[in-house]
Amino acid sequence: MATVIGMPIDRIDGPAKVTGKAIYAADVGADKPVFGAIATATIAYGSIKSIDASEARRQPGVLLVWTHENAPAQAPWVPKAEDPFARPKPQLDSKKIQYYGQPVALVVATTFEAAREAAALIDVTYEKGEGVFDLENAGKDTKTPKQDNVGKPAASKVGDVDMAMRTGFVSVDETYKTPYQNHNQMEPHASTAIWDGDKLTVHCAVQLVESAHACIATTLKLPPEKVEIVAEFIGGGFGGKLPVYGDAILAGLAARELKRPVRVVLTRQQMAHVTTHRGASVQRVRLAAQRDGTLTAIAHESLAQTARADDFVEPIVASTRSLYAAPNRFTQQRTAVLDLPIPGSMRAPGEAIGLLALEQAIDELAVKLDMDPIALRLKNEPKDDPEKHIPFSTRNLVACLQQGADRFGWNKRNPKPGANRQGQWLVGMGVAAAIRGNFLRKAEAKVTMTSAKTATVEMDMTDIGTGSYTIFAQIAAETLDIPVEAVTVKLGHSSYPDTPGSGGSFGASSCGAALLDACQKLKARLDKGEGPQGLTAMGKAAPGDDYKKYAQFAYGAHFAEVGVDADTGEVRLRRMLGVFDAGRILNAKTARSQLIGGMIWGVSSALYEEQPLDLRFGSFMSVDLANYHVPVHADIPSVEAATLKEFDRHANALGSKGVGELGICGAGAAVANAVYNACGARVREYPITVDKILPALS
Amino acid sequence: MPQKHLLTRRLLGTTAVATAMTGVAARAQIPQPKDVQTAIAPAPSFPGNLDMNLDVNGRQHRLSLDPRTTLLDALRDHLGLTGTKKGCDHGQCGACTVLINGVRMNSCLSLAASREGDKIVTIEGLADGEKLHPMQTSFVHADAFQCGFCTPGQICSAVGMANELKRGVPSAVTIDVAAAPTASVDEVRERMSGNICRCSAYPNIVAAILAATEGVTK
Ligand code: FES
Ligand code: FES
Repeated sequence: MATVIGMPIDRIDGPAKVTGKAIYAADVGADKPVFGAIATATIAYGSIKSIDASEARRQPGVLLVWTHENAPAQAPWVPKAEDPFARPKPQLDSKKIQYYGQPVALVVATTFEAAREAAALIDVTYEKGEGVFDLENAGKDTKTPKQDNVGKPAASKVGDVDMAMRTGFVSVDETYKTPYQNHNQMEPHASTAIWDGDKLTVHCAVQLVESAHACIATTLKLPPEKVEIVAEFIGGGFGGKLPVYGDAILAGLAARELKRPVRVVLTRQQMAHVTTHRGASVQRVRLAAQRDGTLTAIAHESLAQTARADDFVEPIVASTRSLYAAPNRFTQQRTAVLDLPIPGSMRAPGEAIGLLALEQAIDELAVKLDMDPIALRLKNEPKDDPEKHIPFSTRNLVACLQQGADRFGWNKRNPKPGANRQGQWLVGMGVAAAIRGNFLRKAEAKVTMTSAKTATVEMDMTDIGTGSYTIFAQIAAETLDIPVEAVTVKLGHSSYPDTPGSGGSFGASSCGAALLDACQKLKARLDKGEGPQGLTAMGKAAPGDDYKKYAQFAYGAHFAEVGVDADTGEVRLRRMLGVFDAGRILNAKTARSQLIGGMIWGVSSALYEEQPLDLRFGSFMSVDLANYHVPVHADIPSVEAATLKEFDRHANALGSKGVGELGICGAGAAVANAVYNACGARVREYPITVDKILPALS
Repeated sequence: MPQKHLLTRRLLGTTAVATAMTGVAARAQIPQPKDVQTAIAPAPSFPGNLDMNLDVNGRQHRLSLDPRTTLLDALRDHLGLTGTKKGCDHGQCGACTVLINGVRMNSCLSLAASREGDKIVTIEGLADGEKLHPMQTSFVHADAFQCGFCTPGQICSAVGMANELKRGVPSAVTIDVAAAPTASVDEVRERMSGNICRCSAYPNIVAAILAATEGVTK
């Protein structure tokens, strides 16, 4: 049996993507749709006094105008559910305004131009209330929740941090801030809904097909078997497409009403408020250490935004509990309940911003100890999980740091800030560790022999750019001993077997393990002489005891070299390397792409990305791609990612861990530490822009 | 790699936008071609609709459209050519890049009615039948995308960029503007900066373009 799993083969959906043949939610055109446009609220808190839609209704081509006064009845929203993304999501169901940009009306017209124009003509007057918008001044709306959004305790305490801080040889006590951020996937949230007799099909840009199916069916009060969700191609998710939004619900309602296909796409500007975002955070990190670098205390406290409209507790400090050894420990997550749009998961919720603080604090400690930051990390490598006292399933952080240091030429780094000047540029290097929780979810897969030598795989899993199509073809090909080209992979239909979808980096492992199980069962029957044609097998995966007995994480080490302009303070990334331990790699080519993509997101968090909030109005200000800065080609030089050869037998039958989020974890801190090494500016408020560097240069 | 000392968009607070079209042919009455392709469905005829002929991927299309219709929406909603993507509708992302007479352009910034008489090529028109354009093949091999949403725009932009290099058009990083520019890493990064890839496939996109443009400019 030839080895196929892990091989760096080209994506099997590559040709469709480079020819424009891959069909995304807004591309579905078989039945020419009519167009919906959403109008949104211009206040953050209060209620609608009156809506005048008469002018909109008079526009040529307008088929329907809905506001809270005449929108169809829908199932009511519920505050809590086991699967938050499966909850009803009623639209235009009340005159109450809970956040700026909340949808207040839908127009459907025969053309996009007419719908857009009519939506702009809807005149709304409001009763404006006093909202709470300021994270750091939320008063009684500052809360201490019991659990984070993944169900872990929001706080933990071991020993006495205060005492250790007083008695340590050195200590660090600093506060770091991270801004609001938006996913800004290239594909705006889009839905094309088709009503056929008594059945509704919604093509939508969503990561979790099963949850979307439940959400849309319940909201529209339709029997689940009468609803089909399709998401064959998704133009980026990053967590922002875990839920569905008003576009999907309103397209579905309007298609049923008008008995014709309806397409609703959010504008780039609407995405900032209508969809989830990453909440801003304020994080205090305290570290104490002995003279030799042995940590005696680690404390990490965060305050982050949640919304009055729905609760989300980002697990910002959770992985801090497992990264380094120290006898005295404290973590706590608090939230401020604000009248802002609802925050949610964005690529590595928790670690992505938690490590921006913690891994910069570790660097600050290394400076105070006059110790190499890699040596400091090696010194505090724990033998088992420092708070749970259970073994790690695998842990190769040390190897990631050491191999990375060799490859990057870390020994050429001058620890003295500002010591390496090359012409106009002050050049520096930084390092940071990556850690990301590893998860497995219940999944099912179906595989069918369509002929003696060809097979078809079916799952309601999605491929949001991660490479799902390709790794599943590899798993089936290797297990059934047929060529990759002989495997057809069908994903993204709610009628296919249930999977957890794409999120939390659990997709490849959960669905891949279920598929492996299905293929092994099928192969056993084929070997017994059954079939082959038409022979089908179902497979399953679910987290077992090993998720309780072992602490499961993926790891990595980031190395960044930056140049800081000696006069202007401008920062340019010069090169970057990440070395990762993510269990068995399922496709070396697509995994590398995922890791590099994550690392560049880290660079973006460190240097560019920020969604400023207008505290007067409770609205985000950088709502388009001109003002919301993400890296472009010119910002990104050589970025390389390497992986260790690993197999985590406790993780799942494939031995794999997720790679989609690992790359961002810690990457931004490596850049921040490189900026310090380059020029001596220690910027604790992300992103690290020129205005924050200049004071250190003069 | 040493970095040149340049003021970038980050410092200036401005946005890089794909090369704008210049020297657009003046509007003229175009004779109706014989082999007119019908759109997948005619748009409703508002009083103000404009009749127009668009030459897309070598085929003539006769359309009657709302004059506000952009070239992007005409391609996607009226001609069924959905390979060209709408990422922002404001000229800020490059996902909608097409080739107009060989020059790359953001189709969301151009009204369809103003493109009569132009030769429009979209991602659907690059391949030669089943045979992919070398730029397309190169993108697949280099894994120059993840979700694929920015990809049609990146590829059209890259093909347009190769044409610019061939014509000797300098960029902001060209040191000697009198010399013929080559497809160097710096030139490619600079010239492709109007095409955002949120999946951040940038290193692979640059590798794909360099592989496909090798020899084109020498
Ligand atoms: S859609 Fe035209 S530039 Fe973004
Ligand atoms: S491949 Fe997803 S945005 Fe470029």
